[in-house]
Amino acid sequence: MNLDAFAGCLSSASCLITQTSAGLIIGMLLFLVACGVTLIFGVLGVINFAHGAFYMLGAYLALTAYQLTDSYLAAVLCAAAGVGLFGVAFDRLFMSRVYNSNVLMQLLVCYAFVLILDDAVKMIWGAEFQSMGMPAVFALRPLHVFGGLVPPFYVFLVAVTVAIAIALGGLIERTLFGKIVRAAAVNRQMVSALGINTSLLYASVFGLGALLAGAAGALAAPVRSATPGMGVSILIESFIVTVIGGMGSIAGAFTAAVLLGLVRSFGSIGFPLFTDGLMFGLMVIVLLIRPQGLFARGSA
Amino acid sequence: MLALLACVLTLLIASALGSKPLIDTLMRLAIFGLYAVSLNILVGYTGLVSFGHAMFFGFGAYAFGLLMQTGVTSLPAAALASLALSAALALIVGALCIRLADIYFSFLTLAFQMLLHAVILSWVSLTGGDQGLQGGIPRPRFLGINLADPWQVFVVTTVVFFASLLAIRTILQSPFGYALRMVRDNAPRAAALGLPVQRYKLAAFVIAGLFGALAGILMALYVSGAYPNFAFWTLSGEGMFMIMLGGIGVFLGPVLGAAIFLLLNDTVTRFTEYNGMVMGVVLLVVVLGLRQGLLDVVMARLRPR
Repeated sequence: MNLDAFAGCLSSASCLITQTSAGLIIGMLLFLVACGVTLIFGVLGVINFAHGAFYMLGAYLALTAYQLTDSYLAAVLCAAAGVGLFGVAFDRLFMSRVYNSNVLMQLLVCYAFVLILDDAVKMIWGAEFQSMGMPAVFALRPLHVFGGLVPPFYVFLVAVTVAIAIALGGLIERTLFGKIVRAAAVNRQMVSALGINTSLLYASVFGLGALLAGAAGALAAPVRSATPGMGVSILIESFIVTVIGGMGSIAGAFTAAVLLGLVRSFGSIGFPLFTDGLMFGLMVIVLLIRPQGLFARGSA
Repeated sequence: MLALLACVLTLLIASALGSKPLIDTLMRLAIFGLYAVSLNILVGYTGLVSFGHAMFFGFGAYAFGLLMQTGVTSLPAAALASLALSAALALIVGALCIRLADIYFSFLTLAFQMLLHAVILSWVSLTGGDQGLQGGIPRPRFLGINLADPWQVFVVTTVVFFASLLAIRTILQSPFGYALRMVRDNAPRAAALGLPVQRYKLAAFVIAGLFGALAGILMALYVSGAYPNFAFWTLSGEGMFMIMLGGIGVFLGPVLGAAIFLLLNDTVTRFTEYNGMVMGVVLLVVVLGLRQGLLDVVMARLRPR
């Protein structure tokens, strides 16, 4: 516990800026993973426990694509597309067989895939930490904002994620696809009875969620080192995000992810030992006061 | 009676053969078998798919190890105190988790387990961080039992294992146990009949946590220490794996599952470092192919409907 450092940071503009920007990028990555989890759960009624492994896969794919092409844009696109396709295959070949089984079967299928993917990554890329380094495009001098240093990549990451969030919101609220998705979240049988191809719908939602996780992995690659098993902690944090924000709510996921990111970055200064506890504390309070989440409509 | 017989038989066979590897294998089987059976109280009998059961395994091991290292408590007192603490933990965590249905419950238990894991890792001054509990666990004599002797540790573990199995069996065969099955099969109906469903779920959670912690205590005694991976999520996954392998609907299924799991894991580890890959494929085949555990299949054959 270091309250002096915490108070010192709060009273200094530069520290405030640095920590806020660090918290924001944690929040952005969390949001990208969490909204995939929440989308898939909303439409398919299953929680993809392997979503963290998708994120990991995205980071490694981006790493390789970047080394091959030297283009960060290609790396992000390649990771998003690759993981998206993998998600579709995973859904069609494996998850679709246990949609109607109990939770245990769904969890075990995902658990099996976490084991397989972690080892596959170990086989292909090795067990050591791997780092992409800052792509050449972003290897600029950090921006000075009120005396605080903000790397240009942070600005890019936040801008891209906000754009994705707005596009996603538009897709869900304004398009026919979004209408079907929202309808399926309420009553899957009815959507199917109305002649919508639900297999296609499920596969595309799963693919979209996986694509977002892959993109998150690629966006994380320059600022995080990649390691097998890196998916579990972000999976659990994104679950906390969906509980706080409310299952099925994109706006809720965004708000909660930013909140959690800020808790993480400021907590690491003031009370590093209790940062995890603080996040869980937030979740417990939300569960007790508003079990359906802060932004969910209706009751859980 | 049967449990007593099996207990004596196990001890006799082990003492007759007296080989060290056999005793080691039986010890691990007893520990993980008890762990899997305790998890199955929740998964198989109450329909609560807990993905954080290793929380209690790890907590029991650490609580016991830390209490023994203070040097003021006797061994049985430390074990009882750790069990009481674990029950209290299960009560708090359970009260929060059972508020949520199905998959939310699974994730919330997982999340709490990872919180415990994070606390163990970061509270270095108390737990030794990622190095695990340092300095071993002292084992003062009590009631003429000397647990510094591996053979006596084995005897104690075996007796505790069979006694626990008997206790769990008795609980599950009691009216309370049948109430749990009803909660699993049709919770609204149980509620309509006046059963306090949430209280039954919580009771099952605490009982499962208690025996899970007991398995952790035996583990701490066996390896003379406690390590963060006792509370890591993979151990929770392995517990479900064992249950799935052996059979969910049969009381001894998880023990068989634990035996197969340990055997498989040891064999695979000898040949390749990528044992997660192999175990994952085996798990997929069992889940998508058999769709139930081995003993479930056998029992279904024995009892044609």
